[in-house]
Amino acid sequence: MTELASAYEKQSGAKVNLTFGSSGNFFAQIQNGALFDIFFSADSNYPHKLGEASLIIPNSTYDYAIGRLVLWSRADAKVDFSKSGWNSLLDPGVQKIAIANPQHAPYGRAAVAALKSSGLYEKVKDKLIFGENISQAAQFVESGSAQIGILAMSLALSPPLRSGKYWEIPRRQYFPLIQSAVVLKRTEQKDLAVAFMEFVVSPAGTKILEDFGFEKPQSNVDRSPQRTKPF
Amino acid sequence: MTELLLSFRLAFLVTAILLVSATPFAYWLAFTKWRAKFLIEAIVALPLVLPPTVLGFYLLIGMGPRGPLGRLWLALFGHTLAFTFIGLVIASVLYSLPFCIQPLVASFERLDPKLLDASRVLGASKWRTFRKIILPLSLPGVITAIVLTFAHTLGEFGVVLMVGGNLQGVTRTVSISIYDHVQSIEYAEANQLALTLLIISFVLLAFVYGMNRRAGLRWLSN
Repeated sequence: MTELASAYEKQSGAKVNLTFGSSGNFFAQIQNGALFDIFFSADSNYPHKLGEASLIIPNSTYDYAIGRLVLWSRADAKVDFSKSGWNSLLDPGVQKIAIANPQHAPYGRAAVAALKSSGLYEKVKDKLIFGENISQAAQFVESGSAQIGILAMSLALSPPLRSGKYWEIPRRQYFPLIQSAVVLKRTEQKDLAVAFMEFVVSPAGTKILEDFGFEKPQSNVDRSPQRTKPF
Repeated sequence: MTELLLSFRLAFLVTAILLVSATPFAYWLAFTKWRAKFLIEAIVALPLVLPPTVLGFYLLIGMGPRGPLGRLWLALFGHTLAFTFIGLVIASVLYSLPFCIQPLVASFERLDPKLLDASRVLGASKWRTFRKIILPLSLPGVITAIVLTFAHTLGEFGVVLMVGGNLQGVTRTVSISIYDHVQSIEYAEANQLALTLLIISFVLLAFVYGMNRRAGLRWLSN
């Protein structure tokens, strides 16, 4: 996100102020009148709900990225993903597996869906521990308290985790993690907000997102966002 | 309901552990003539300074397989402390430490030294003086310590979030559960749980303060 903003600032001369936090918290804040111009959610459900509540500019929902899931471990872990793939989870040295909370985090739901479709869920469910979000799940593994995490590729490629090992989970094993952004009704800079969104979904913006481990959505502007159903 | 019970179990346990271990420590802090005492007092107050999630982050590292506590536990029991109930208890004891120690020290320090001298002159042992003079006179301080420790642990969020791992029946406390409901846009469930927590806590606190009043009156009428 920081990269996207600074690339846009360089190109347009506009200034982008970023605020980071969990999608759920921002959702609650926006519902209660928070003064943001754009909301980049880690899923498409919160933007959809904001749309239902008429808190967004009509037709301003952009699917900007699709998340990818990976198994991740520290470099000093004994697991060998390239050899065992999914079966790394069954290694006796793996006592705890960190995922994001499937109750509300899309990456957590996708992790559970992927575990189920791999047939491993029943075998490993007692080893699962839940981070409040995907970054906290990453923290559990990074600190060594959990041995493997089911994380976002974007995290695996980020500087703090780059030194670790990862293995991408086949895409057909979980639902698409579509991430949407919306321009909020309260904005006083609608045109500028839309221009930034157009930049994010432009080839230049998409290139940055791909470099950071996201996949390009098939069509960027989705008028009827799919809702990610709880499993 | 499991979450509520878990939180109360945690709060009771932490309060009991702190009361037993912090009272002698507070006694020492209140009566020592040691000149570097202020350093210890500063250390005791440190958990108040760090944001709970930051404290929780360092506890997670400390309890992990590369942290000193985690390594010790791993050697003794074959698993690390993070994501266990015991780990939560240890984290909460540290987190709530100042809330137990400070009221105790304050009330011990307020005691009239003449009473303590009189007790000693009359031949009472230190332990007897503590039991018969210090403790009854410090009862309001002890009650405050109990209530603050209990309430602070009950409402604990950041530390539990960082070291708990959100396991049902093990580390998913009521505050975590309320937060999860809010994140899932289940505001009705969140409200219900929060209200239950508030009502139970109010009844409990009112009971303790009521007892304190009655105990104080009884002491005066003696």
